[in-house]
Amino acid sequence: MAMLEIDNLHAKIEGEEGREILKGLTLSVNPGEVHAIMGPNGSGKSTLSYILAGKEDYEVTDGSVTFEGEDLLEMEIDERAAKGLFLAFQYPIEVPGVATMTFLRSALNAQRKKRGEEEISTPDFLRLIRERAGGLGISQDMLKRGVNVGFSGGEKKRAEILQMAVLQPKLCILDETDSGLDIDALKVVSEGVNALRSPDRAMIVITHYQRLLNHIVPDVVHVMNKGRIVRSGGKELALELEANGYAEYQQDAA
Amino acid sequence: MNADIRPIRTPAEQALIAELDQLPSVNDRLGDLRLAAARSFEENGLPHRRVEEWKYTDLRTLMRDAVPVAGTAAVAEADARAKLLREVEARRIVVANGAVVPELSDFSALEEGLTLRSLADVIASGDDVAARIGGIVPGRYDAALALNTALAKDGVVLEVAPGAHIERPIHVVHVFAGSAPAASFARSLVVVGEGATLTYVESFEGPAGIAYQVNSATEFYVGDETHLDVVRLQEESASAIHLSTLLFEVGRRTQLHTFTFAMGAAVARTSLYATLSGEDSHIAFNGATLLKDRQHSDSTLFVDHKVPGCESRELFKTVLDDQSRGVFQGKIVVRQAAQKTDGRMMSRALVLGDDAEMDNKPELEIFADDVQCGHGATCGAIDDELLFYLRARGIPLKEAQSLLVQAFVGEAIETVEHDGLREALIACAEGWLKARA
Ligand SMILES: Nc1ncnc2c1ncn2[C@@H]1O[C@H](COP(=O)(O)OP(=O)(O)OP(=O)(O)O)[C@@H](O)[C@H]1O
Ligand SMILES: [Mg+2]
Repeated sequence: MAMLEIDNLHAKIEGEEGREILKGLTLSVNPGEVHAIMGPNGSGKSTLSYILAGKEDYEVTDGSVTFEGEDLLEMEIDERAAKGLFLAFQYPIEVPGVATMTFLRSALNAQRKKRGEEEISTPDFLRLIRERAGGLGISQDMLKRGVNVGFSGGEKKRAEILQMAVLQPKLCILDETDSGLDIDALKVVSEGVNALRSPDRAMIVITHYQRLLNHIVPDVVHVMNKGRIVRSGGKELALELEANGYAEYQQDAA
Repeated sequence: MNADIRPIRTPAEQALIAELDQLPSVNDRLGDLRLAAARSFEENGLPHRRVEEWKYTDLRTLMRDAVPVAGTAAVAEADARAKLLREVEARRIVVANGAVVPELSDFSALEEGLTLRSLADVIASGDDVAARIGGIVPGRYDAALALNTALAKDGVVLEVAPGAHIERPIHVVHVFAGSAPAASFARSLVVVGEGATLTYVESFEGPAGIAYQVNSATEFYVGDETHLDVVRLQEESASAIHLSTLLFEVGRRTQLHTFTFAMGAAVARTSLYATLSGEDSHIAFNGATLLKDRQHSDSTLFVDHKVPGCESRELFKTVLDDQSRGVFQGKIVVRQAAQKTDGRMMSRALVLGDDAEMDNKPELEIFADDVQCGHGATCGAIDDELLFYLRARGIPLKEAQSLLVQAFVGEAIETVEHDGLREALIACAEGWLKARA
């Protein structure tokens, strides 16, 4: 059974006059797979990731999304997270006054509680954070600050991966996690992501650059344009896109 | 005034005036002060919405019912009810129903330079310090203060000798004890000598379900080069009416920080008046208010810069749930002589309840030309983007709201310097949020 099954998804911006952004998107992701989604600016990649995470600014007008056999669209935002869905944001926001440590601990315990597991003990939690933060080059000082407050663009992306590494989701959606990263950070982040690859975990990696896919090697590459997947292929598709751009797809759709 | 055009008195006003009529006429300064205050109240009555400073807190409507003046509290009951900030290591003085309770108060082994007595004792002994009562005049008529001046008989008189550093906070625990509604009045005086330091704490509490009334006023004479921290926690019962006035006369080169935390009472009004009459002082008046149900809470500030070179900072945070109503009125006056004044006032409100309401009224009145002053007021709901981010990590809605509210008020509470007090106040906010969830 596929882990994630998106079928003919149509969505528009909430409200009467809302424009349609997703126009019949179909995608199926199995456990253990890494899918890359590439596509021109404004094609709806972030919108898709937001809708999966449960953001309320969009309205699904048609189609369905099934996550591990359950209707994802019926679930509350936090319920989706507890079920194992994680979105690393394209633009992680700052949460002043909520320390990263408090935030991670609240999130982890809330998820555990919802799954009927026990809360993590303080020493176990501290050990987990120390272990994961070290590998991603995140300092103790950053952990004490408000979530993402005063972090550089690249630090914010790394912090997202730390959250992912701590929460251990089943389905990781990475929205342009590579943009804003320097060459070394790209490596660090990719290693962090690769460390999470496992037969029962799946990933959707949204990116504009083939470079990331040298580090995180995808099983499938999709081209998204104007709210739909217009082509799917192996990892060589990314190289082809790098060479030729999206012109051919945009003509098709026009 | 002609008898037949007298305004109609509410039951509360009638009861108060009856009480004022019984004031003994004592021929001394304090006696005169009381009578003058009583007369001005009789003339003006309780303030209503057409009185500018009480526009949003129409006391005549909010405080209709007459209640008798509270009798002496039972010691055991007062002790049992005095629960706030017990965990903070401090010298506790308990004031129950407006009177100091010696059995529950620690007047022993006073630090060098510290004089601590009850106002009743000070008056009885004819000590000179009593002459300072009523010495700080707010510059405008204040009905709550007038009632306090006329009717308060006891409270705390605290003096710190010049140069004395009093490490251990002094905590004046105001508590109402009794099973029937009654009104209590307390008047305190704090005199901090030149170069002294002090942390002064006031808390207010009382039994749930009883519509008691508390009127408290404290005058602070803040000497030159002092460091005074004032922390105040108002957690009256949800049926109570709380009126309080804090008056400050501030000398030069002082560090004065106040933090007023209000969570209780059906109706609360705290007025804070500060006159900066010494140069180069740094003052911060901060506060947080957490409201729910139909609570009404008003923080009114009046800061008067009379001399050059002072810095004043005000940060007030209000959280409003349900149908509660919050009021912030802040006025900074910069006199012509007060050049190089740096004043910044900010009131921020976070509205959780659909039917809650916040009234913000910041005002600047500047007569000097070389000053830096600013004020701002914001009022809004919890940021949806922040909520989404937290929920997307698995934090349920209520908990996510709590974390964000905690962060919001935390910014103000963080300004409390004393570790134990700061932590206790953070715990109070957490408790409030837990009760909500
Ligand atoms: N909340 C919104 N309100 C208005 N327009 C929106 C909203 N969200 C998305 N859009 C529009 O929908 C389209 C798709 O946006 P989306 O952010 O999903 O694109 P994207 O593929 O992620 O682009 P990029 O590669 O630049 O990140 C854009 O035209 C965008 O302006
Ligand atoms: Mg995008």
